[in-house]
Amino acid sequence: MAGPKYPGFDTLALHAGQSPDPATGSRAVPIYQTTSYVFRDSEHAASLFNMERAGHVYSRISNPTVAVLEERMAALEVGVGSIATASGQAALHLAVATLMDAGSHIVASASLYGGSHNLLGYTLKRFGIDTTFVVPRDLAAWRNAIRPNTRLLFGETLGNPGLDVLDIPEVSKIAHDAGVPLLVDATFTTPYLMKPFELGADLLYHSATKFLGGHGIAIGGVIVDSGRFDWEKSGKFPQLTAPYSGFHNMDFEEESGTRAFLLRARREGLRDFGSCMAPMTAFQILQGIETLHLRMPRHVESTRKVVDFLAGHAAVGKVLYPERADHPDHALAKKLLPRGCGAVFSFDIKGGREAGRRFIESLRVFSHLANVGDAKSLVIHPATTTHYRMSDEDLARAGIGPGTVRLSIGLEDAEDLMEDLDRGLKAAMRAASPR
Amino acid sequence: MEALVAGRKAFAYTAAHAIDPAKPTIVFVHGAGLDHSSWALQSRYFGYHGRNVLAVDLPGHGRSEGPPLATVEAMADWVLALMDAAGVAKAAVAGHSMGALVALECAARHPGRVTGIALIGVAYPMKVSDAFLGAAKANDHAAYDMETIWGHAAQVPLAGNPSPGMWMYGDTLARLSRLAPGVLYNDLSACNGYAGGLESAAKATCPALFVLGSRDVMTPPKAAQTLATAVPGARTVLIPPSGHTLMSESPDATLDALIAWAKPLS
Repeated sequence: MAGPKYPGFDTLALHAGQSPDPATGSRAVPIYQTTSYVFRDSEHAASLFNMERAGHVYSRISNPTVAVLEERMAALEVGVGSIATASGQAALHLAVATLMDAGSHIVASASLYGGSHNLLGYTLKRFGIDTTFVVPRDLAAWRNAIRPNTRLLFGETLGNPGLDVLDIPEVSKIAHDAGVPLLVDATFTTPYLMKPFELGADLLYHSATKFLGGHGIAIGGVIVDSGRFDWEKSGKFPQLTAPYSGFHNMDFEEESGTRAFLLRARREGLRDFGSCMAPMTAFQILQGIETLHLRMPRHVESTRKVVDFLAGHAAVGKVLYPERADHPDHALAKKLLPRGCGAVFSFDIKGGREAGRRFIESLRVFSHLANVGDAKSLVIHPATTTHYRMSDEDLARAGIGPGTVRLSIGLEDAEDLMEDLDRGLKAAMRAASPR
Repeated sequence: MEALVAGRKAFAYTAAHAIDPAKPTIVFVHGAGLDHSSWALQSRYFGYHGRNVLAVDLPGHGRSEGPPLATVEAMADWVLALMDAAGVAKAAVAGHSMGALVALECAARHPGRVTGIALIGVAYPMKVSDAFLGAAKANDHAAYDMETIWGHAAQVPLAGNPSPGMWMYGDTLARLSRLAPGVLYNDLSACNGYAGGLESAAKATCPALFVLGSRDVMTPPKAAQTLATAVPGARTVLIPPSGHTLMSESPDATLDALIAWAKPLS
């Protein structure tokens, strides 16, 4: 007898989290542009505030449109639930603020988005939370960096910008041996290319601004909990396992072991820090998610063409894409990312900084801006933009050189993209070898 | 609340309240493979509305030490032993699925101590398919998939969750993933092997409520009719369009049914 079947990814991307609006029959997700919700009576109000009944109270804590996005992302990632936030950075901060206090410590990959590096390396230090950065493929370094006060291991599924592939099965084992969870930034892979929870990660987040939206019109983030990490057994997270005087002495883990993290993150984090997502933003990101399963294969297909083109170009020194045999994580990528390694990658232009400048300024189809994961192709020079606060030493550890250029391959005709790049590279060659 | 029952650690959620002998008590008993958090909203409500609540983790589930108990009758005796440990002389017992059979058995075996029973998502006999039992016996993940998918109405994976931001399938899967090997098989076998339902129903003279989901494919409403007819004076509430996991799928309607049931019991 065949067992029952889950809805497929494509179906969940279109439907999860929403049935036709009971009030109007609207098939599209309605935009509940409201701050607050009328209570049936005083008793109903009290029960909602005290988490005795399900529902919405105030849109900083939850909103029906945002809840559709949250449930849809939980379904696509096979998590217990999620919380949408004002940005990907807000999602990372919400995770950290929920799990730790001053005096806590994080072990993080050195290959991170510059904004995440800023938060961990500089800003959180002001609040007493230290981070040790390690080369992500150095498993011994992860293990050796763990201290008694370590509360989180953190990395990107595909490191920015060198596409270091995080060995989630091994790094999660190291985390679990130490009684702490592994959080991953899954922005570059999306749930279409990788399911981090199936590999051992406990928590993940996305900058929904990128491939989830895909249109480059909305800033947002979403953090998803697998519900698999046993906070009680760990014994290192009194935030989740001891009575919290800030919410009727609730012991979140006792209330629900699988939902403890999200309960505190919503009931404290969104309540007090307030980094919620606006309903219009949730609607816009949902429009993108509805076609995620169609867009990602095309992103990957075009990226493979562009990578091959660049690897054979005389003006290009090195192309960093894990599907290439010369990438240090090639074997791991074949195992963890069989559907492809995404559409963001970097390469080095021969001729250094000036060649890079001429290259970028000669492009006509690629847009020079600080974003990735758009339907339109994008280009940036990390050393002077996204990663400009990092020291030369940190840049080198993250695999970034003065001539490194990062591309985000969009959905245009791949032939047009290669023609544009060829024009830019020829300009770069002229800059490197003036007559 | 933690207590020792038969020499082993037992846990019951009390909504952060100490047991008050002056208050009436409701015991909540979860279904196969699950734990006290199945009742998160409902148990919390009663805990803040004048009742003692004991939302138990049966042995081998949640925070209660194993091994799991092999029969519904043994689970019922354990519930009464937990009430003893908590200093609770009498209680109403609400049970879900396997827990509903436990509630019925509590009423039949200990009529002087059970003031009412609420049987939610119940059927009798509670037969489990060979495929489901076989997968559970083999500790095959397919058993978790069957419990997750059959345990909710068909619309659940696509429809909105009343609890904002949560995905019901994901939560059930996560809870099942925490089980020790063999626990789900133990529970399903207990359901499958329970044969004393009609005899116990005749002995259950306390006020009885059946709460059934109109789209329950695991324990369809028609499969509860024999038992509902056998319990003297039982009342039935049908909740559309809920599946088997009524406390999550239709939390307010389930709570409202329980409030109406519990009101005269105090």
